[in-house]
Amino acid sequence: MVETFLFWTFAILGIAGAVALVFNPSPVYAALGLILNLFSIAALYLSLQAEFLAVIQIMVYAGAIMVLFLFVIMLLNLQAEQMETRFDLRRGLAFIIGLAFLGEMFYIFRGFATPGQSSFPAEFSFGRVERIGQEMMTHFLFPFEMISVVLLAALIGAVVVARKHTYQD
Amino acid sequence: MDFLQPNVASYLMVSAAMFALGVIGVMIRRNGIVVFMCLELMLNAVNLALVTFSRMHDNATGSMLVFFVMCVAAAEAVVGLSIVLALFRNKLDIDINKVNIFQW
Repeated sequence: MVETFLFWTFAILGIAGAVALVFNPSPVYAALGLILNLFSIAALYLSLQAEFLAVIQIMVYAGAIMVLFLFVIMLLNLQAEQMETRFDLRRGLAFIIGLAFLGEMFYIFRGFATPGQSSFPAEFSFGRVERIGQEMMTHFLFPFEMISVVLLAALIGAVVVARKHTYQD
Repeated sequence: MDFLQPNVASYLMVSAAMFALGVIGVMIRRNGIVVFMCLELMLNAVNLALVTFSRMHDNATGSMLVFFVMCVAAAEAVVGLSIVLALFRNKLDIDINKVNIFQW
């Protein structure tokens, strides 16, 4: 009962945040909408018993990435975007593609529906840190090491791209 | 109230709705930073579907993939934002419809 109520609350909040991100002309409000969406997804992870991922979601996305986005938005001092109100072909096509995708996914996912029962196993054994860490250090050791190389490459790349280029020779 | 109880399909449909909103946002917005945020939204929607399948089959692979997707998303955000900064420094605008310096 409580579970049902919480699921629908956070599902609706998450979709509301996504709508605010897509349709709000001001970049700062769009970023705040995305933060609402990310917190709602973290809550949905908790309701799926994936505690580790919920905490990581809040720390990495809401804590680090969104601060970076807001920092850049405020650094550039962006004005609100002029949203087109009249119909044009490009926007119409975007809506048609998005809604066609949505309809297709709903048609496929309907097959997973089991009305009246949850169809999840009672317990999720990979939600907690112990099992996640065990998997990470055994089966997924090579990707785990490689992701550190990716992060290092991103770090160096960001410094090189964002640096002020002065050509003098 | 039985039909309201969340099952696999309800989580997947929430995820699909978020992904479709992200697709629409990438195509209709012109502000470069907002386009990046819509990309993050799509990555998150896919993560939600992956966690749902991982929970459904009680399998670790989906959860691990979500962890790696988060790392790559962080790297992508950092590089993308530094490109936006470099673009702003050169053109004083980040409207992606006006970025056509590679066009001939």
